Amino acid sequence: MTALLAEMYSSLRGFLERLGALTRFFGRVLWLSPGAFGRPRLVVEQVYNSGAMSLVIIMTCGLFVGMVLGLQGYDLLQRFGSEDALGVGAALSLLKELGPVVTALLFAGRAGTALASELGLMRATDQISAMEVMAVDPMRRVVVPRFLGGVIAMPLLTAIFIMVALFGVQLVGVQFLGVDQGQFWSQMRDAVELGDVAEGLTKGLVFGVACSLIAVFEGYHAQPTAEGVGRATTRTVVISAVTTLVLDYILTAIML
Amino acid sequence: MNSPSGSAAGPADAGKEHVVALGGVDFAIDGKTVFRGLDIAIRRGSVTAIMGPSGTGKTTLLRLITGQVQADRGSVRVDGVDVAGLGRRELYGLRRRMGMLFQNGALLTDLDVFENVAFPLREHARLPERLVRALVLTKLQAVGLRGAAGLMPQQLSGGMARRVALARAIVMDPDILLYDEPFAGLDPISMGVVMRLIRSLNDALGISSIVVTHDVREISQIADASYILSGGQVVAEGTPADLRDHPSPVVKQFMEGLADGPVSFHYPAPDCATQLLDRGRPT
Repeated sequence: MTALLAEMYSSLRGFLERLGALTRFFGRVLWLSPGAFGRPRLVVEQVYNSGAMSLVIIMTCGLFVGMVLGLQGYDLLQRFGSEDALGVGAALSLLKELGPVVTALLFAGRAGTALASELGLMRATDQISAMEVMAVDPMRRVVVPRFLGGVIAMPLLTAIFIMVALFGVQLVGVQFLGVDQGQFWSQMRDAVELGDVAEGLTKGLVFGVACSLIAVFEGYHAQPTAEGVGRATTRTVVISAVTTLVLDYILTAIML
Repeated sequence: MNSPSGSAAGPADAGKEHVVALGGVDFAIDGKTVFRGLDIAIRRGSVTAIMGPSGTGKTTLLRLITGQVQADRGSVRVDGVDVAGLGRRELYGLRRRMGMLFQNGALLTDLDVFENVAFPLREHARLPERLVRALVLTKLQAVGLRGAAGLMPQQLSGGMARRVALARAIVMDPDILLYDEPFAGLDPISMGVVMRLIRSLNDALGISSIVVTHDVREISQIADASYILSGGQVVAEGTPADLRDHPSPVVKQFMEGLADGPVSFHYPAPDCATQLLDRGRPT
């Protein structure tokens, strides 16, 4: 019993220490962020790496998520004879929940792991140390542009995911299953408000901050070994996924 | 054993005669002592070799000089300035006057050779592109790799990567150059080239060079002074000739590469026969 309590205490203490380190790290990243826009090329490169390089997976998954939503939504709504509401139902669920959450999970799997492993390998191969010896702050030169690249890319990827998913819903619902095209779009236009769009993009931005921060933090503090880099990459995915879902609940509770 | 000249050097002297001076340095990592009362003084304008068996803290010594780690006790002075007392800005100011060649080169893998060498210039100096180009190509020419300017680090051999890293280390015309195992894993031609480069750069640029190495024969040809570390302390210092004739068994063992001597080749372990017959897993 005592051993169990000691282990729980040790785990809790380790968690709190890590959380404290993450908070300090976040503070420094925020402090250095305005300066990063003085060298926009570095940030733009990272928007490309995190954003453009994730487009294929985001669009492919968006299409199939939309198509599944079309099938399931049609099946459910036709039981009540209201299949014409497929457009509005799909649009609201994509804008408010599915779009930001699924994009964040995909972002953590694609861009987050790339960021964490890149920074971890830079640490393992002395590139971070070399920068420090060259009097170049690696936080300023490497970490902050990557963080900002992810933060900028996430809402854009969320918007693209939602658009492609809506196309998928329309493809299945209207083209394959015969939902009236006019009803599909007009109901969506009438019901969806600007606030719903803002909610989705706000979530995308918050998830972008969380996932990018976790990725750069884990990568930057990775043990300089192959195992350490692998562990940092795994932690990035796991912590990002859990954080996304926890934040999603909090944001939904606030915004409803 | 010769008395280390660094122990006698005061802070004022350290700034003039000695470019780097460590006095009474204690340093431990995770409770394991690396240095205990270490005294070293590097004469300005010299090529100084730091030698010693593996695990004696040679690379850690370079990290102390560059301020990447701090001594637990004692002082590390560079140009008379105590590194431990510097804030981030001042420390970075000091580092701009240093160049360091890492053991594996530590080239930035997302930049090509040209951009790797140009990296410190782009970060610290706002120079016209034409001047950056001229400076980078000149440094690459010095290390014989002007023709490799467009290659990525992944396309370079270990020796070439080391030479590119050397070009990067000298591109800001530093006052002090630190080399971490510059000869490790090099073929004889590259080794000879790097060896001559260290000496010629030191003389041509009027800088001070600190070379951490195991390669006794090679470094003896170019070093003005050498230190041998063992057990967290300096066990011998002097010119390569002094060390060859040194009476200390540790120095003799190291200089002649002998397995038997005061420095054990084997890590501490239980009796070999007992452990071989034991079925348990080694701990």
